[in-house]
Amino acid sequence: MSTAEAAGPPGRRRLAARPSTWLAWALSAFFFVNLAGVIGVVVVDSFGTRWFTSWLPEGFTLSWYGQAWREFGLSQVFLVTVEVSLLVVAISAVVGVPSAYVLARRSFPGKKIVTVLFLLPILVPPITYGIPLATVLYKFHLAGTLAGVIVANLVPSVPFVVLTMTPFIEQIDPTIESAARMSGARTFSVFTRILTPLLVPGILAASILVLVRTVGMFELTFLTAGPDSQTLVVALYYAVFSAGIRTQQSIDAMAVLYTLSMVVLLVVALRFVNPTQLVTRIKEEGATR
Amino acid sequence: MPGRHPHAWTRGREHEHPPVVSEQRAHFEYVRAGKRRDGRAGSGIAGSGIMSADRSFRHRLAERGVDRTLLLLLPGVLFLVLLFCYPFAYGLGLSFQPQKGGGPFANYVTFFTDPYLRGTVWITFKLGLPAALVNVIASVPVALRTRGSFRGKRLMTILLVVPVTLGTVLTAEGLLSYLGPNGWFNKVLTALHIVDRPVALVHNYWGVLASLLITGFPFAYLLTLSYLTGIDPTLERAAATLGAGWWQRFRRVTLPLLAPGLAITFCLSFVLAFSVFPSAQLVGDPRGSTHVISIEAYHAAFQQYDYSMGSAIAMVMAALMLVVVALVLAWRATFYRGATGGKG
Repeated sequence: MSTAEAAGPPGRRRLAARPSTWLAWALSAFFFVNLAGVIGVVVVDSFGTRWFTSWLPEGFTLSWYGQAWREFGLSQVFLVTVEVSLLVVAISAVVGVPSAYVLARRSFPGKKIVTVLFLLPILVPPITYGIPLATVLYKFHLAGTLAGVIVANLVPSVPFVVLTMTPFIEQIDPTIESAARMSGARTFSVFTRILTPLLVPGILAASILVLVRTVGMFELTFLTAGPDSQTLVVALYYAVFSAGIRTQQSIDAMAVLYTLSMVVLLVVALRFVNPTQLVTRIKEEGATR
Repeated sequence: MPGRHPHAWTRGREHEHPPVVSEQRAHFEYVRAGKRRDGRAGSGIAGSGIMSADRSFRHRLAERGVDRTLLLLLPGVLFLVLLFCYPFAYGLGLSFQPQKGGGPFANYVTFFTDPYLRGTVWITFKLGLPAALVNVIASVPVALRTRGSFRGKRLMTILLVVPVTLGTVLTAEGLLSYLGPNGWFNKVLTALHIVDRPVALVHNYWGVLASLLITGFPFAYLLTLSYLTGIDPTLERAAATLGAGWWQRFRRVTLPLLAPGLAITFCLSFVLAFSVFPSAQLVGDPRGSTHVISIEAYHAAFQQYDYSMGSAIAMVMAALMLVVVALVLAWRATFYRGATGGKG
């Protein structure tokens, strides 16, 4: 169990610590011990043979992973997940970045309304607008298809790109653009030859965050997906919910596979983005409303 | 034409304006000031002497910030209107056209008169409010301790973000086994003789609450930490110089500055917990003690195929959430709003 050593508080300890310090360590330790238990139980079970009431399974095996891969058609599920998330990332970047540029640089009548419009899909939880959205998609026969899943996932992704990109655009010195314009560049060339190269880090960060969100987005995909357009989260939910003939261990193996892919994505994302700063940026954007 | 607004304007009026340099500066200041100067930027330029009556309509628009660059907004706005506003309006309209008949408000009447349906509101609040409160309150001491730099901070951040990667299903699976009657948690409690027989912690209220705490705490912690790092640490040091103990420093200096941020954190945590769906379904008791409102909305829309009722419940959900958020924000408006957002 690799997460066990994380249960203890890292760093130094002073005996004459302030009460808040002790409280912080106690809370973190309690949280991490239980978290390690929750994760550990699934990981151990996915490698275990038979496990009833003992502390640990009777033996260990790797066979559940192969079984889960075949039983749940995971090659198809992974393919759908990759297709959906890459398309969502690409479309939301193309739609979101120009909007973010205007919102970061310009003031115009009705800007507040537009800002609120871009904030709402992030503030309102997916299930509230997911139900009417899925109803509309069913009306146009889009629900149950790959296109429907992509369209539904774009709704929170485009505003998310706008919110993440706005501070990156604000950091770029406007005089660079003005210089380009005075040299005769049109908006299109300003965008492709000046802004985009400067914005690559920001676009990368926003894309990776959208990727993480899309892979982990349960509600919208769940409400719009058909049998052939399930992403990994939704397939996992159906595997658990319609359990019975399925063995617990192969479901656990699938859950571990999902978590592993998310951890890889998140570690990559953390190399580009500082999570605490990201939240501050979102907060500042919210404060300007 | 790109950049029509400042450049074309300057170029077109050059013969009327000898001081091009100052014009240029006005333009740069305008661009640099960006959105913050809002209407004032326009009036500032207009006030510099050019108020000719023959300004074309386009120029007057450009002065207020309306030009072709705004077209870049169009795809995004169109997209959201089509896929967010239209479905929402459609759902709202649909909720007033009940499939079973009985007048436009029949769905809402059914929802609020049937005790089983009305009860979902209470159950959801009973889960969401404690989860949000515990997450926010617990995140304060942890964030206080970890705001400085210390050994292993990066590791700690990564560990705290891990629950985000778990997804609701693994959390649910893990909780079912970990907190179950034969799980490690109950085994430890029994081995320590804290309880005689295993405590029932899954397939009821507590399992769902635990899942909300695991997924919600990292989120609340990250938000609180970012608000806390925005508070100038010298304020606390000044208080310490004046002889304030740790509790006084926290109570009189840090907490008042942090309170508005905590209000926002609470709002967002509550919204997350309020829309709990998969964990209530998997770890909870979806037909009894954790029959939350989102389960009922899904059940009505996609299992009974009563889209009208489903939309009505979704609208009730949105309204309830907005009421709570508005209440918290109104309460927040009574706080001191000063240098809490000073980071940046």
